Amino acid sequence: MAPNIRSLYSEKVMEHFKNPRNVGEIENPDGTGHVGNPVCGDIMELYIRVNDGVITDAKFKTFGCGAAIATSSMVTEMVKGKTIEEALEISNHAVAEALDGLPPIKMHCSVLAEEALKSAIDDYLNNSQGMDLESE
Amino acid sequence: MKRVYLDYAATTPTHPDVVTAMLPYLNDTFGNPSSIHSFGQEAKGAIEEARETIAALIGAKNDEIVFTSGGTEADNFAIKGVAYANEHRGNHIITNSIEHHAVIEPLKFLERRGFKVTYLPVDQYGMVDPQGVRKAVSEKTILISVMHANNEIGTIEPIAEIGRIAKEMGVYFHTDAAQTIGHIPIKVNELGVDLLAISAHKLYGPKGVGALYVRKGTKVAPFMHGGEQERRRRASTENVPGIVGFGKAMQIAQNEMGTEAERLTLLRGGLIEGLLERIDDIQLNGHPRKRLPNNVNVSVQFVEGESMLLNLDMEGIAASTGSACSSSSLEPSHVLLALGLPHEQAHGSLRFTLGRETTEEEIERVLEVLPPIVAKLRSMSPLLKSRV
Repeated sequence: MAPNIRSLYSEKVMEHFKNPRNVGEIENPDGTGHVGNPVCGDIMELYIRVNDGVITDAKFKTFGCGAAIATSSMVTEMVKGKTIEEALEISNHAVAEALDGLPPIKMHCSVLAEEALKSAIDDYLNNSQGMDLESE
Repeated sequence: MKRVYLDYAATTPTHPDVVTAMLPYLNDTFGNPSSIHSFGQEAKGAIEEARETIAALIGAKNDEIVFTSGGTEADNFAIKGVAYANEHRGNHIITNSIEHHAVIEPLKFLERRGFKVTYLPVDQYGMVDPQGVRKAVSEKTILISVMHANNEIGTIEPIAEIGRIAKEMGVYFHTDAAQTIGHIPIKVNELGVDLLAISAHKLYGPKGVGALYVRKGTKVAPFMHGGEQERRRRASTENVPGIVGFGKAMQIAQNEMGTEAERLTLLRGGLIEGLLERIDDIQLNGHPRKRLPNNVNVSVQFVEGESMLLNLDMEGIAASTGSACSSSSLEPSHVLLALGLPHEQAHGSLRFTLGRETTEEEIERVLEVLPPIVAKLRSMSPLLKSRV
């Protein structure tokens, strides 16, 4: 059973949990990341829109605990307006820090958020390489 | 906002009469029960009175009750005590896959020291099959341990039937009755148990006190070595105020059990019915009828338990979940997995346990508050999308 849930989280985490930013999907996204599994209880899907190498939009869908939802929300906020290179620099610690920290047992949620982002960018890079080949 | 507490299986508030009964033993009547002067003898008298009350209520003799620091200690005492006192006769113990950690962990400890443990499966409702117990008994079996009722899903196990089998096979039988004591009738002879673990704080008594019933003649190694307290079976100066409170709580429970169980069963039924009616893709976990009067456990598909709990907590409602996003293993409840639930449904479980203060209005409030919470979380769930 989950211990002392509310005192567990910073106000920022609770704020993002209560009002998550960028919930939903992007139609025909330029990249999609799908990470986590039902066994651990967290599943994240992250969608990005990329224009001229810059992430112009990001959305997510998440099944998971408060920290999983808050980190998903935060990472989508952080990537908007960043170039692919800059976005690849975003670490799980940066996501956790932006939320004023996570309890140690919840750090895996920030790892998942980083992985979701990397996976979406990988997907975008694969897709765009494919397009380059087609155009040749 | 008035808070709504629906986590009585975790712990209960101490009954005001229990507090009143305990106070003198935190103040003037402070003696050590082992002392022969009047201070000591007053304290001694108080714990013996509590022992008598508790023994009478479960149909035991006074000297068959050993006070402990709680349910976990009573379970540890029963299991390790029987194992160490009977290892010359055999090293096999039978239990099942949905026991409380207070039973499973001492058994795992024994396994690492050469004991063999059979973990019997349960059916979809969490019910242990008595015939499965019979089949598992070998000449090396020294102990059977099956809980009276499960703390997560509320399923009441066929203890009396297993008790008859244990007796027939000549094997000691232990039951963890932490969830049933004071809530449904318990008579050790009707249940056919040799050992029974109980805890005070689950029945409006204080935390930090429990007891193990040990049937006369049962060979059990002492749990703590030291002084001569508890007939040398559990050394340590007695928790006098706790024991007095435990006795008082048992007395109150005995008087109120019948009407309270009836009242809670009705409220429980209303909550289950309302949840199934107002939320789609939700299922009841545990047995539909053979369950604790106060237990409701449901799995809400496509959403995770902790995120529901957080939302409920923001509305002032306290419940619990079998999801384990906070545990180091991340594995959800072993109980729900043993029922055959897929991981995502185990992660999506919610437990409401009702008690003395629970009212119809509180149940109605849960039924108003939960459906929009589920809808909100489902709107951001990737699991729901993949189904559509």
